[in-house]
Amino acid sequence: MSETLLTIANLKTRLGDAQHPIRVVDGVDITINKGETFALLGESGCGKSMTALSMMRLLPPSGRVIKGRVEFAGINLLSLSEREMRGVRGGSMGMIFQEPMTSLNPVLRIGEQIAESVRLHDKQLRGAVDDRVVALLDAVGIPDPTRRAREYPHQLSGGMKQRVMIAMALAGRPKLLIADEPTTALDVTIQAQVLKLLKGLQQETDMAILLITHDLGVVAETADRLAVMYAGQIVETAEVDGFFKGPKHPYSRKLFDSLPDSRKRDEKLAVIEGSVPSLDSYFKGCRFTGRCDVSSDRCHREIPKWRQLDEQTGVRCLLYAYDAMLPGEKKEQDTVLHSPRRLTQENLLNVQNLKVHFPIQKGIFKRVVGYVRAVDGIDLSIPKGTTLALVGESGCGKTTVGKGILQLIRPTDGRVQLEEDELTLLKGEALRRRRADMQIIFQDPMSSMNPRMLVGNIIAEGMQAQRMYNRQQRENRVSELLQQVGLSADAAKRYPHEFSGGQRQRICVARALAVEPRLIVCDEPTSALDVSVQAQILNLLKQLQNELDLSYLFITHNISVVSYLADQVAVMYLGRIVEKGNVDEVLKNPAHPYTQALLSAVPVPDPNHQSSIIQLEGDMPSPANPPSGCHFHPRCPAAKKNCATEYPHETQLSDSHHVNCWLVT
Amino acid sequence: MPELVILSTDALIFLLVILASGFTRYASKREHLRAPWREVARSKVGMGALLVLSCFVTIGLLDSIHFRPEANGNTKESAEVLSLFDKLVTPLRMYQEKTYSAPLAAYQYTKENAELANGTTRRDYPRLEYGGSHLQNVEQEWGSDIVSKSLLGMSKGLLFWLLSTLLFLFWRSQRHRATIGNTLNELWAFQTEIPWRTLLITAGVICLLGFWAAELSTYYHLLGTDKVGEDVFYQALKSIRTGLLIGTLTTLVMLPAAILLGIMAGYFRGWVDDLIQYAYTTLNSIPGVLLIAAAILMMQIYMSNHEEQFASLTQRADLRLLFLCMILGVTSWTGLCRMLRGETFKMREMEYVQAAQAFGVGNFTIIGRHILPNVLHIVLITLVLDFSGLVLAEAVLSYVNIGVDPTMNSWGNMINSARLEMAREPIVWWSLAAALIFMFTLVLSANLFSDVVRDAFDPRLRSSR
Amino acid sequence: MMAYIIRRILYAIPILIGVNIITFMLFFVVNSPEDMARMNLGMKRITPEAIQQWKEERGYDKPTLYNEAKEGIERVTDTIFFQKSLKLFQFDFGSSDSGRDIGYDISQRMWPSLAIALPVLIVGLALNITFALLIAFFRATYIDFWGVVTCVIMMSISSLFYIIGGQYLVGKLLHLVPISGYDTGLASLKFLILPVIIGIIGGIGAGTRWYRTLFLEEINRDYVRTARAKGLSEQWVLFGHVFKNALIPILTGVVAVLPLLFMGSLITESFFGIPGLGSYTIDAINNQDFAIVRSMVFLGSVLYIIGLIMTDISYTIVDPRVRLQ
Repeated sequence: MSETLLTIANLKTRLGDAQHPIRVVDGVDITINKGETFALLGESGCGKSMTALSMMRLLPPSGRVIKGRVEFAGINLLSLSEREMRGVRGGSMGMIFQEPMTSLNPVLRIGEQIAESVRLHDKQLRGAVDDRVVALLDAVGIPDPTRRAREYPHQLSGGMKQRVMIAMALAGRPKLLIADEPTTALDVTIQAQVLKLLKGLQQETDMAILLITHDLGVVAETADRLAVMYAGQIVETAEVDGFFKGPKHPYSRKLFDSLPDSRKRDEKLAVIEGSVPSLDSYFKGCRFTGRCDVSSDRCHREIPKWRQLDEQTGVRCLLYAYDAMLPGEKKEQDTVLHSPRRLTQENLLNVQNLKVHFPIQKGIFKRVVGYVRAVDGIDLSIPKGTTLALVGESGCGKTTVGKGILQLIRPTDGRVQLEEDELTLLKGEALRRRRADMQIIFQDPMSSMNPRMLVGNIIAEGMQAQRMYNRQQRENRVSELLQQVGLSADAAKRYPHEFSGGQRQRICVARALAVEPRLIVCDEPTSALDVSVQAQILNLLKQLQNELDLSYLFITHNISVVSYLADQVAVMYLGRIVEKGNVDEVLKNPAHPYTQALLSAVPVPDPNHQSSIIQLEGDMPSPANPPSGCHFHPRCPAAKKNCATEYPHETQLSDSHHVNCWLVT
Repeated sequence: MPELVILSTDALIFLLVILASGFTRYASKREHLRAPWREVARSKVGMGALLVLSCFVTIGLLDSIHFRPEANGNTKESAEVLSLFDKLVTPLRMYQEKTYSAPLAAYQYTKENAELANGTTRRDYPRLEYGGSHLQNVEQEWGSDIVSKSLLGMSKGLLFWLLSTLLFLFWRSQRHRATIGNTLNELWAFQTEIPWRTLLITAGVICLLGFWAAELSTYYHLLGTDKVGEDVFYQALKSIRTGLLIGTLTTLVMLPAAILLGIMAGYFRGWVDDLIQYAYTTLNSIPGVLLIAAAILMMQIYMSNHEEQFASLTQRADLRLLFLCMILGVTSWTGLCRMLRGETFKMREMEYVQAAQAFGVGNFTIIGRHILPNVLHIVLITLVLDFSGLVLAEAVLSYVNIGVDPTMNSWGNMINSARLEMAREPIVWWSLAAALIFMFTLVLSANLFSDVVRDAFDPRLRSSR
Repeated sequence: MMAYIIRRILYAIPILIGVNIITFMLFFVVNSPEDMARMNLGMKRITPEAIQQWKEERGYDKPTLYNEAKEGIERVTDTIFFQKSLKLFQFDFGSSDSGRDIGYDISQRMWPSLAIALPVLIVGLALNITFALLIAFFRATYIDFWGVVTCVIMMSISSLFYIIGGQYLVGKLLHLVPISGYDTGLASLKFLILPVIIGIIGGIGAGTRWYRTLFLEEINRDYVRTARAKGLSEQWVLFGHVFKNALIPILTGVVAVLPLLFMGSLITESFFGIPGLGSYTIDAINNQDFAIVRSMVFLGSVLYIIGLIMTDISYTIVDPRVRLQ
């Protein structure tokens, strides 16, 4: 029989001044049992982090808990004095944060930062603090802990820093560990390491974990039970198995539908229209009703009550109320729209032996002593009207490839051919004219638009620079483009900050389309967006490709997006492509050990999925000083002797499938 | 018709006024600039300080409209250039005593030999020519006269304030279709967008003080007289223009260089950056005071050797003031330049700049369209923050004799000349006190105002407040 | 790391050359030595002979850049530029226009300057940081609000007022210490106390407010949240984490001004009659002694550049992110 560890009852938290409070947490009930992993799932801005900070009583200065109870191991935390609360914080309740990069004090040695926690919560230890610190670092899998304890945070990689954060939380021997998006900022292979570590630690110490995440895959792989949070409220709780078999709340169902994967390749992804309502408004009905496709009039009038369906499952939706209503008429969404792609052999873009090196200067006279080989000899080609996905972890040089192709960074060597033109040789006016044919969409839609300009001017900028049309024609074209990407024409008269993240990315797409490009480099265009919004953008990109015969170079680390969108895949590791081929070949039969590890590390949103994650040890080496031979050999689980001495040549597995690995020759 | 005279600083001041109103028009059309100003308008401290500042600015502007009065036969008189402000306070300017007199005094501060009716001479404090000259019997009337004149002045001020407040209330209630009582209640409870209550109270205090000073200074020397018998109150008022000029023109003259070079260094990097960095590090490495001292010394030599180039003393003093602003600008542009360089450096990597590059937009268009508007708030903050520092610096520089021309009215010069009188027993304190109080009021309100402006435009620290 | 520092030191050379050229232009090109002589001699005794004599006495009778009358290397060396400007690089300041050895004067006068400036800096720093920490600890309360208001009021008061007011109150009314003057050894203490105290008080407003801003910037960072999540007390978070980070800009800022302390404070020294470099400069300005002003400009630049280099070095010492690069 499981024992309750934590009970949150009717917790209400407000931010901002009393006149216009933001209801970030609005009546949340949660129970967590000893030793279990409980996931709090939801999109950004739903109040997940604020719930956790309310529990820890670490709200920002303008935040306050106005109502509710947080009972932890029999004590009501909200009634403790600040002094007593400090004993709980970092003691029986530890917390780790999303951004390991900035969450450690840059001027203190990591050993000292952990020791602080040890001294505070392990008072009888006294003389043995250093030993305990080393033991903790060892427990979180940091090699050579004695030496590492004397290092500073900036000397560690992101994954290492998150391990240090975990060690710090473990110092107080917590009964509950709150992990706020612990792996969101990390690469998949590192994410797999950290998640595995958390699971292992949980088994050893029998602590409970409150895992805050937006990633259904992470939930499926790690959690026992979960709660779905929407707009400051819990809308559904369930056991993980049950939830993944049949989510109850329309919102939960929609989340599943909007996940991209290969099976949905030829259909439109389901989307949740609009975005999370702002929490300073006052709700008269269900908070999801504006975006729900089964809502009825009643949803607008009546606030749905919580309904406990059985011991583990509950839902907040009128569909499940005692006087359950019938689902509203399902708004029809045309799901099939993609005509099957015709693969042409005609290449739009040919890249040969592309190299982008950045000099490293050292010494008194800044002599060049070496190069950061960000991109080190890459061949790829994109046929007209198709998508090539460039996959790899952060730091592998994939963004530099994109900019090198666009001549935003001039390549050190190699050839970039756009149809008949050799871009690397073009200069000045000729290059400026050619720029209309290739455009870019960035990751962060906020920073890719000048906040001081009207949307209309932002979109028209390219046409102006390319001297296309006259003023009046440009204005017409802007309205046309806005409608094409699913916005109303009057958006032109507004500023970027008035739009939500998804809408902003639509504007960026419109801006790129304005000059009628043939090739668009999409640099992680959806990774800053929530799943439901990501689906909107992916649909849009796919639709535009069909209509306008565009080619995409899609740079991403998200494998499920690749399987949905791409025709071909190229996998990059440390400045070089290690494997490329048609999307089915690479994703279904990966030949390179790195591809295999990368794919196995992707969390699958299915708790019954029998995954055997190939764990990669350590981090990617620096491109300034790549390992000898095959760049991957130090981390490769199957490395042989000659891997360390010579870089593997390209092996052709099929017409389209190529791999660089000594194991497949 | 009096002939209008435009001194070079006057011209710059009016250029500044035109620029400011142009900027206001520009800002009022752009939400990102309007929003912070609305925030400023909501702040009680900010608006109170702004009202005080605007009083100073009004006096300064009135003092910047110069003309040559109609010659009335006296050629010596006609060489003198007067300002509109001089005209308004003619009694203050004209009532000149022989030498020192204490504030509100009727007698001179120093004894003098006076020839009595019977032919003998006596050493005594003589009556002043103008200060308190309306009194028949000083010993009996002086105290009560001061009190009654004060009361009269203050009640005039109160009356004026009440009338204008009522007018304002009436206008506001008409506009909002509310009763005057309701409007008043609303104001009093700070339910209005702009903190009118603070503004009205500040205006009330200013009215009371202003009318009180005006009433008394027509009969007495409110703040005494200096060594040559000039009214200290008049000097202090005249110094306002100098202080404002130094505080604003300095930034104005250095602005183009700082903006252009700072942004170019950050945007183009490479050798352009190296060169600009070298230029400002070199200039910065010369201690500011010494550079100013050297430049002013050299200018003095130039001016004394080329006296024929200057039409009048006023013009010469004016040019020296302008030169001082420029040299102060040379020593202070580096800070802004460095800041803009850093900001441009970051902004160049912003994705919207890269997007523009991907369209083939030219470099200078990118600078004008994407970079300049996004660093404008830094320029504005610097402008406001530098002001008070420069006003204080003027006093110190004039004290060291490398500030404005000694013939020019300035708080620094007032302090400088008063320093010598500190040794007197009992000391002559009023010149010093007057200069310090005026300076303090201006600098304090400028500091308070700039704090509010900075918080509104630079939201980094707002959350912690 | 070493290479970086050496590069910074080498960078000082072109800057000093630039300074040298600027001063040369200011002093010898904008105005000719004739102009200076005329100014210096006053309007009465201007005869061509007097000017010539004045110039000869001070070595200003040479050509500015190129001496045709001489032979060989002397054509370049026997010029004003070489004698007056380039010699500064050897710290050969020459003699003042009134005939005194500037180098000797500087070596004598820098110590009294330091005796005032150093205590002002150290005690002021300690006080400002303490106040700023207090205000930051009580942020968003009335203590914070009134603390900041006090700072703004204090920095709105002219430094002249602090000096005159302090001198009047302590020296003249209370007769605690002498108003001005200087002595050697321990006896100088009673002359130093007042200027030091006044210097400290004058700097409190701006200093405290600046450090408060630094602390508040740090308080909003992520690692502070981590520290709180560990269960550390607010005091410890402030001292153990925020303070240590804010100390980096504070310390490097202090290091930058350390060399300039030798230059002393113009106003304070002249008011209190301290025979330091500050009053030396002021006297030179008032007497229009160009040789001294020129030397002080060069000396100031050298000290400033030393400060820059020391800042770079101190970054590498206190900031592990820079040190371990």
